[in-house]
Amino acid sequence: MALLQIAEPGLSAAPHQHRLAVGIDLGTTNSLVATVRSGSATVLADAFGRSLLPSVVRYQEGGRVTVGHDAQREQNHDPHNTITSVKRFMGRGLSDIKDAGSLPYRFVDAPGMVQLHTAAGVKSPVEVSADILRALTQRAEAALGGELTGAVITVPAYFDDAQRQATKDAARLAGLTVLRLLNEPTAAAIAYGLDNGAEGTYVVYDLGGGTFDISILKLTRGVFEVLSTSGDSALGGDDFDHRVYCWILEQADLHGLSAQDTRLLLTRAREAKEALTEHSDTRITAILSDGHAIDLTLDQDTFRQITKTLVDKTLLPVRKAMRDADISADEVKGVVMVGGATRMPHIQKAVADFFGQPPLTNLDPDKVVALGAAIQANVLAGNKGEDEWLLLDVIPLSLGIETMGGLTEKIIPRNSTIPVARAQEFTTFKDGQTAMSIHVLQGERELVADCRSLAQFVLRGIPPMVAGAARIRITFQVDADGLLAVSAREMTSGVEASIEVKPSYGLSDDAISQMLSDSLAHVQDDIEARKLREAIVDADSLRDATLAALRIDGDLLTAEETSAIQQVLQQLEQAIASQTTLQVNQATHRLNKATEDFAARRMDRNIQRALKGQKISEL
Amino acid sequence: MTTEFSRDFFQLFGLSRRFALDSQQLEQSWRAAAAAVHPDRYASSPDAEKRMALMQATQVNEAYQTLKSPLRRARYLLSLQGVDTQEETNTSMPLDFLMAQMEWRESIEEARDSSDVDALEALSSRLRSDKRALEAELGEALDRAADLDAAAVMVRKLRFLEKLDQEIGDAIETLLG
Repeated sequence: MALLQIAEPGLSAAPHQHRLAVGIDLGTTNSLVATVRSGSATVLADAFGRSLLPSVVRYQEGGRVTVGHDAQREQNHDPHNTITSVKRFMGRGLSDIKDAGSLPYRFVDAPGMVQLHTAAGVKSPVEVSADILRALTQRAEAALGGELTGAVITVPAYFDDAQRQATKDAARLAGLTVLRLLNEPTAAAIAYGLDNGAEGTYVVYDLGGGTFDISILKLTRGVFEVLSTSGDSALGGDDFDHRVYCWILEQADLHGLSAQDTRLLLTRAREAKEALTEHSDTRITAILSDGHAIDLTLDQDTFRQITKTLVDKTLLPVRKAMRDADISADEVKGVVMVGGATRMPHIQKAVADFFGQPPLTNLDPDKVVALGAAIQANVLAGNKGEDEWLLLDVIPLSLGIETMGGLTEKIIPRNSTIPVARAQEFTTFKDGQTAMSIHVLQGERELVADCRSLAQFVLRGIPPMVAGAARIRITFQVDADGLLAVSAREMTSGVEASIEVKPSYGLSDDAISQMLSDSLAHVQDDIEARKLREAIVDADSLRDATLAALRIDGDLLTAEETSAIQQVLQQLEQAIASQTTLQVNQATHRLNKATEDFAARRMDRNIQRALKGQKISEL
Repeated sequence: MTTEFSRDFFQLFGLSRRFALDSQQLEQSWRAAAAAVHPDRYASSPDAEKRMALMQATQVNEAYQTLKSPLRRARYLLSLQGVDTQEETNTSMPLDFLMAQMEWRESIEEARDSSDVDALEALSSRLRSDKRALEAELGEALDRAADLDAAAVMVRKLRFLEKLDQEIGDAIETLLG
């Protein structure tokens, strides 16, 4: 079948140079990094040949940080300072973490996002995630022999804006350029679909360590279109461990355990769960700190019984997603299983029963997400693959604002294809009202209290008018990362307010800079040199792209317009020669401004070319 | 950007400006246009092009969503001809339509109160066939009769039916969850 013809996109500055780009699966339990080498995606292993990096970070006195297997080994001895499953805390407040009481951490209830008290000081989940990302970056740079251009980082499809923003902040803190945040099931679909030349409607069932996602995709001629997505961002393999842990407590009649004992039994519970994938029963033994010995046997049937409600809980989002995509089980061509937890036999059976077909398990459920992310990263970095393909993803949860009486008004419904923007007009409630408070929410429920609060801001300077006369237009823009920006404008006066939605959960640029300069790895001189290098790389690529654009589409400009752009180009050359970061950045900014209109006309021509190409191929 | 935004959504996809449309052609045109301007294609481009790609990809998606939904398409066609459908302000409806609405609501409530998901799904499919009939009428009014006032009334009716369908969907979700 013919692929869609796609017009030449923005030209990359150095077409022949292969850029080092990676895909990172930042998982609850394990993390991976993968890249595309000589045309095929591979997971990068550490010096011992291990692909999975346990998402475990240990903080010791004096600021020593250990990540991965070494940290995991110490978690039973040092549970307070060894952080596991930090992904569950991303973008979450203490009140969101239901089992906080049974976790061995010393939580700090900070505004917005919860923090953790460790021997190396208070750490936010963003910092802990950044430490995991740094370890993966080092692994990749060692394996690839150079600095990374950028990374695609995967997030659960059902992550809300706060969780996505926290993930992006972690990457920035780790010094990574984020090419894109990619939804985990979508990444899996890319890896599976491209590998198998799949066409039709596919379901991705992704049960990770701490999150559950379901995505329904339509694959046609190189286009991966997500029809709907649903899930539960607080349900995963960890919960199965926890059920086994509770079962142990009940069987052995244990109460009031120390943090060490809790961690030890949670580890035993996880081992038992894994053993039951291949065996019909397993023995659980442990010696607690008071010398008390535990010796229990857990069989498949009991395990199935104590976790049945969890399995059923995953089928609910499945039904919702099917409804939203308006498809029935018999229209599904295949079900792709992702995440280590899908190895559990009773999960596979539940999925098979629901869809009336055995799920596809011919790919490694631990690696498929990282591989898909690597393929996407390779394309985004400008290394063209052999196939042209395109991803059309959706926003998982509706976005809205608070209206009178604590109710939410939805502005962008869930499962809208991104990027998406929508504007809605509101008016004043009282005569002479000059300010309006805007509360941005995400979720499906009608009451404000049941949705997640993303941000609150005030639009001031509305000219005094009678109630109902002012017209306030609020625009929501969701970009290709699924991140939201909101702006508000009073239409009669033009008063404007705009925010990136991150005040309640995200970190400000200043906070990130502060953390960066605090970290010992970066000396001040390094930062300055790096800033100049980055500025010049940006300037170079802009100049090259502009020159190429002038060559190809120069006919879209009048002679005056061309010479105006030429002039700014010259100024950019001079700025680069000056080797001053500020001057280079300013000149880059001016050239960007000067070419805005040109870019719009070129883009418009691209659409027309694409439509013509498509119609010719249809004949 | 002046050239782009002056074109209406039909022109953007090379379709004629009428209610009846070939949904497959719309979908194919959308995919081609979305592919040309998707931000992924400009990930390593200068900022100006990135911003432009975001704006244009957003507009292409907006155009597709508008034309894909019969209700939104009809509303859009009317707005292009200067007709406001007054969905928020004009609540006067023919009596028989209002009676039918009440009956629908009673049936939904009854099914919800007895937690009958099957009954709700049956209601939903009956409602959808009513919607399709109304959409066909709307097409007649817009494309053949050019009776814009009648079309505006039908848009308001269709809006009622969509709300009902939404209510059924919410009820099913609540029962399942």
